Amino acid sequence: MGRLEERVSDPLVSRDLIGRQSDEVLVEIERGAIRKFAEAVGDTTEACLRGELAPPTFPTTIRIPIPGVTYDLSRVLHGGQEYRFERPIRAGDRLRCRTRLQDVYQREGRLGAMTFLIIELEGRDENGERVFSGRSTVIVR
Amino acid sequence: MSDTVTARLITRELSAGSALPELRKDAITKLQLVKYAGASGDYNLIHTDDETARRVSLDGVIAHGMLSMAFLGQYLCWLTGPESIRRLTVRFVEMVRPGDVLTCRGRVKAKELERDGQRVTLELWTENQRAQPVTTGEAEVVIA
Repeated sequence: MGRLEERVSDPLVSRDLIGRQSDEVLVEIERGAIRKFAEAVGDTTEACLRGELAPPTFPTTIRIPIPGVTYDLSRVLHGGQEYRFERPIRAGDRLRCRTRLQDVYQREGRLGAMTFLIIELEGRDENGERVFSGRSTVIVR
Repeated sequence: MSDTVTARLITRELSAGSALPELRKDAITKLQLVKYAGASGDYNLIHTDDETARRVSLDGVIAHGMLSMAFLGQYLCWLTGPESIRRLTVRFVEMVRPGDVLTCRGRVKAKELERDGQRVTLELWTENQRAQPVTTGEAEVVIA
């Protein structure tokens, strides 16, 4: 739940921030990190337990804050998540990753007014070819 | 690789609407949530600390939504192999608590022929021991 770890008193994120993105971060995919993730999930896929291929939700481990986009972590709900792959992520991959605030909107829900943030994550290989992308729906209540 | 038994079954025999075999996971434990917090980097204390969870009006800790999505990721790997996966999309619709037993289920939604094989759209969900869907979604796989 929640990709951005900073705590602030005001949970609402301004629409002015739409389009804002993080710096590019070089993420090295480590065999041990894959194994630890697969073990925590209880994922018995052999290539994942050996730490060779990352399980499909492994990109959740890539957490890159977007400057200016902050909220109180205990007030967020994870509404939905999507990952798309050109190929599996492998141990040893060096991925150039970036997050971007794709949209912000308000909705009335059961719990009153809520702010929805759509945050995209993208990882490219060293040649600039896209390997995966992610799209998170974060609800701030 | 997409040479699992189910991958062959999907491409050769199953059609839109066919149910897929289910994958039942062990009951979720607080220890698993602590491990998942560490492995995923999601340190939101509502998943690991009852006191924090109660402060935001929960009865106690709740599982990370991403953990139940990870179960669906495992389910997909088991069904058609980790190399086959092109997309996994989910919505988190119900809270999951320690002690809950989740079962991954799915059915074939669509199949189409492509250059590299068959592109298959699957409807997937996890449900709890009360048969309530907790995470619902869809995946696309390409089976050579």
